[in-house]
Amino acid sequence: MGTAAFDEIMGASSVDGARPELRDLCRWLADTPDGELRRRQQSAETTFRQLGITFAVYGESEAGERIIPFDIVPRVFLADEWARLSEGLVQRVEAINAFLVDIYGDQKILRDGVLPADLILGNAQFRPEIAGIRPPHDVWAHICGIDLVRTGPDDFFVLEDNARTPSGVSYMLENREAMVRLCPELFSKFRVAAVDSYPDRLLETMRSVAPRGCGGPRPTCVVLTPGHYNSAYYEHSFLADSMGVELVEAADLVVDDDVVYMRTIDGRVRVDVIYRRVDDDYLDPLVFRPDSMLGVPGLIAAYAAGNVAILNAPGNGIADDKAIYSYMPEIVKYYSGSDARLPNVETYRCREPQALKYVLDHLDQLVVKLVDGSGGYGMLVGPTASSAEIERFRAALVAAPERYIAQPTLALSTVPTLVEQGVAPRHVDFRPFVLTGAKGVQVVPGGLTRVALREGSLVVNSSQGGGTKDSFVLMDEPHGMTQTMGNMTQTLGQGQR
Amino acid sequence: MRLTIDHRTTYRFTAPQGRVVQLLRMTPRNTHDQTVAAWDINIDCDARLREHRDGFGNITTMLYAEGPLSGIEISVSGEVVTSSSSGVLHGTFEPLPAALFLRSTPATHAEPALAAFAQAATVGRAPIAALHALNAAVHERFTLVDGRPEAGLTVTAAFARETATARDLAQMFVAAARAAGFPARYVTGYCDALPNGRPTPHGWADAWVEGLGWVGFDPTLGRSPEAHHVRVAVALDAAGCSPVAGSRLGEGREWLDVEVQVSGQD
Repeated sequence: MGTAAFDEIMGASSVDGARPELRDLCRWLADTPDGELRRRQQSAETTFRQLGITFAVYGESEAGERIIPFDIVPRVFLADEWARLSEGLVQRVEAINAFLVDIYGDQKILRDGVLPADLILGNAQFRPEIAGIRPPHDVWAHICGIDLVRTGPDDFFVLEDNARTPSGVSYMLENREAMVRLCPELFSKFRVAAVDSYPDRLLETMRSVAPRGCGGPRPTCVVLTPGHYNSAYYEHSFLADSMGVELVEAADLVVDDDVVYMRTIDGRVRVDVIYRRVDDDYLDPLVFRPDSMLGVPGLIAAYAAGNVAILNAPGNGIADDKAIYSYMPEIVKYYSGSDARLPNVETYRCREPQALKYVLDHLDQLVVKLVDGSGGYGMLVGPTASSAEIERFRAALVAAPERYIAQPTLALSTVPTLVEQGVAPRHVDFRPFVLTGAKGVQVVPGGLTRVALREGSLVVNSSQGGGTKDSFVLMDEPHGMTQTMGNMTQTLGQGQR
Repeated sequence: MRLTIDHRTTYRFTAPQGRVVQLLRMTPRNTHDQTVAAWDINIDCDARLREHRDGFGNITTMLYAEGPLSGIEISVSGEVVTSSSSGVLHGTFEPLPAALFLRSTPATHAEPALAAFAQAATVGRAPIAALHALNAAVHERFTLVDGRPEAGLTVTAAFARETATARDLAQMFVAAARAAGFPARYVTGYCDALPNGRPTPHGWADAWVEGLGWVGFDPTLGRSPEAHHVRVAVALDAAGCSPVAGSRLGEGREWLDVEVQVSGQD
């Protein structure tokens, strides 16, 4: 299927030559010897290793941490492509937020019969414990990382809506820093929108959702991490550092009289906004996991009392659940009043008998996923699977069809990538980051591009041999300033409202 | 009836605690058949209390106490005037759709044996008759024992035994009713008509009957609750609406003592 794929730099087929707007990039690739590209790539990876941007692979017994491979060839979005994509992202995230407001409130969408009620009410991700709580400013999905795949210049499909604690933004920032350092010539050839304001934008988002009546214009914000054993700990500390806020663990926070405080050497300091990178289950042992001693006892009470904002809101898992995903086009239409600009990948809900039959008959052509799986585990990629794997999934599907969805394998776009044999096309996906504060939704002009380094592979997960690339968003306005001109640049997304 | 309730919960710690934070589900609401005439929560130390409402509609109280604490005692006393509508609930506060209560939890997941038991008790009967039959079947199958229920005992483990506490009977009813297709939930509260044993906080169940609404079933008594019951909290299982969910900052173990006195006057 690789032959039919759209190459984002070279166009529909490599024999036609580069897409006209990207000829300079193509020339740069041709003019820079592979050895030089490789040297730069290794330099970037050395930096990442020194910074400690590593991750632990689940299921591997040795405690060794790896870095995610970095690819030196950027992926590029043209300005108008990005503008259209941003509109779709804003619409999607606004709908996710409206859905969460509704589903934990009046549940009009269920009464109107748009979704089967049991899909929500029977779903463990719908948390009755927090139903009825209204987060400050009614914002639920403050930080979303919407996973997309692309099949043509304007053909994007949403794979997953990550509305809980999406990670990866540190790669967006570190990859860009490496590219500016190692390939400065690209930034004089192209007007690339800056991403380095992300921490400022995140802090602004946090401050904007501080509870009304909290301590003045400078609410106290913190980042809550599960601790340094977490695979994304680097990102937690990186974000806290870049925003200039405290990085705390649950034991550093106490709740008294429905107010959250952080313990400091100078005594207790009131906390107004928490960017938590901790799962719901470990937020408050009094509410979610009585058997867990982790978490901050009383945190949900402080939140329910309107005394603290929690980003993202507890209970968001119902919005990005794989079982809900297939209804997103209906959800977007219900809340926005118009068709979804960003389509889903066509999805067969195996809980439906007809869909199950189709899936069982076409296992060799489909990707089958566990509804509650993540990270590429519990997944069948039909076209590349062995017949033994296919038979194993067939048995699992028949035994518990409601646990699975299936999707056709798309001709994912490719981007030239430096591999052992030289520069060759590899499949990519994309996770842009969308911030929602009290004043609206903004799309950061960039994101995390993941690349499947194995030839023909469609699995981009870092745990399965994926790497990352920088993602350039080009600006077309001549008055825009480029990344190399430093902090003065700011076009934070056409999606900004 | 007028029910007078005294409910004392005492924690003793083997080492002093730096602080204690607890979530209490100890306050009843008014319904058509229960009017809370007086209700007080008293703590034996300097504690700050904040009232909330949880997602199930229960009134909750957050308790914050600073140490050093060698123990804490929560005394609840009140008077509730009750009447009876044959177990059918009217005027309860219901923020969640009944269908939510079809969901099982780790403690109330019905294995095939319990599901088959539910099926046998309910098959061929109209909904309300089926639920009464199920309630009677649970009541008759087990010998009631007093004493504190075993922490974390699932309905599967409870179903394999010959004896059961009120909590386990109610959780088994809840799991079996769900297996038979009825939304069902656990109810905590008080009852002055418990057979012989020491008075304890009581637990029973509600099940949803289309067209009728929520109906109470008390498998400890083998019938629907009447004017002898005071409802306090509901949830998907007993742990979800236990009177105290607590956390403490400090070493050592804790000893819990619970004393309940319920007396009724016509």
